[in-house]
Amino acid sequence: MLDIFQYGFAIRGLEAGIIIGMIAPLIGMFLVLRRYSLIADTLAHVSLAGIAVGFLFQINPIVTAMVSTVLSSVVIERLRSSKKVYGESALAIFLSGSLALAVVLISLAHGFNVGLLNYLFGSIVTVKQMDLYIIGGLGAVVAGVLYLFYKELVYISFDEESAQVSGIPTRMINTLLIILSALTVSLSIPIVGVLLISALMVIPVVTALQFRRSFMKTIVIAELISIFSVVAGIFVSFYLNLSTGGTIVLISLVVFVVSLLLRRR
Amino acid sequence: MPVDHTKNIIEVEGVSFAYNEDLVLEKVNLNIHKGDYLGVIGPNGGGKTTLIKIMLGLLEPSAGSVRMFGQEIRDFKDRSKIGYVPQKVINFDVNFPATVYEVVAMGRYGKRGLFKSLGKDDKKIVNESLKQVEMYEFRDRIIGDLSGGQQQRVFIARALAGQPEVIFLDEPMAGVDVLAQDQFYQLLKRLNHELEITLVFISHDIEAVVNEVTEIAFVNRSLSYDDDPKNFVKGDLERLYGDKKFIHHHHEHA
Repeated sequence: MLDIFQYGFAIRGLEAGIIIGMIAPLIGMFLVLRRYSLIADTLAHVSLAGIAVGFLFQINPIVTAMVSTVLSSVVIERLRSSKKVYGESALAIFLSGSLALAVVLISLAHGFNVGLLNYLFGSIVTVKQMDLYIIGGLGAVVAGVLYLFYKELVYISFDEESAQVSGIPTRMINTLLIILSALTVSLSIPIVGVLLISALMVIPVVTALQFRRSFMKTIVIAELISIFSVVAGIFVSFYLNLSTGGTIVLISLVVFVVSLLLRRR
Repeated sequence: MPVDHTKNIIEVEGVSFAYNEDLVLEKVNLNIHKGDYLGVIGPNGGGKTTLIKIMLGLLEPSAGSVRMFGQEIRDFKDRSKIGYVPQKVINFDVNFPATVYEVVAMGRYGKRGLFKSLGKDDKKIVNESLKQVEMYEFRDRIIGDLSGGQQQRVFIARALAGQPEVIFLDEPMAGVDVLAQDQFYQLLKRLNHELEITLVFISHDIEAVVNEVTEIAFVNRSLSYDDDPKNFVKGDLERLYGDKKFIHHHHEHA
């Protein structure tokens, strides 16, 4: 039998996966409770345009993905709060618009190749040493900022109006949340892939919500589910030669279904 | 030390507000004094909630000004002086993962300020606020699992945790059963009498409110004020509504 720990790429993938598994539900918690789940998916599609730019100009795709998602996240939030466009319509515009841009850029770069497919669906093979440093650094930034603004984010998620009355700068915090989401999406791309990121941010949180515990405990449960899904997914996909991102998401879905069944009893 | 009921804490001057072309409030003047227990009543769609949101700085008036503790509301920084109980029981997320304690602790967040977490003193105040509304035993329960009346008491405790001088309550009786409403009115009276907190109470239930409050403001686009609610019912109400029905439907939904 193959030993996963003999392979440098597999160890890197596992390390990157655990970091992503820790960060994704932290952000996901606030996105789900604020009914912002679709933002993660939209930003993921935007990141694909960024990745295509990276391929075209031979820049590290994580970096270009990060720039494109952060810029778009700010524009999306502006559009939403200006109320010129309905919230979901703003998301739809960005989702399909960036996908269109990505496809055009990819055709410029002479079509699809295996590398791009790995970014779509995730693969531990994608993670290079440099990527690991980027993922680790960004992950630390996201976790640090979340820690600093934790109480404001909790209050705004529960009751934005009262938070505003009590003097919390709700606009700034909202913008901050969406920028953090953009960063999280970008750093998750190599492992779970563009098309599956939002699943990792949303499913463990929705699962944890079934337990009806305090905010803190719900975060801890979501963390456990997420890290378990990522680690189990990487092992299973490595030994059975399956898609990494797909396996991770399917495992988290199984946990979700089990939690639903447990709650019904 | 007796409360100085002549001291203005909120001054609303010539406030008008329009949604698109619809004039919702027209030249409203209102002074709220320290220690008042003011009922803001009026038909649904008459502009009560809009007026409160303008007072709290959540909405900009089209004309006029609001001063809170002597400062323009826009520049008013000492936000912990204001407590707010929004129209919550009907529209908050019952699946939200927060315990009663966590919800009340939110009342300390604005006061603590950015980058600081709650300390021992804050926790003590949160617990005291819970005891004040007799919800301490429920502190570890999930907020969505409580009854409407219990949830509303938790929201009062959250407002109290900020140690405010004035609390705004927007239709706090919605979704609260009759027995719990009685208890709730007693609680409000205690806050007003014992803790000397100024209360601004919005309601469309005029009959219930006139027996509780000490001043009344009737809002239906314009505003009329009376410092004797019982008089108000006999005289002004009939004049304002044009008949003796207390509940009146007005076609101006915001």
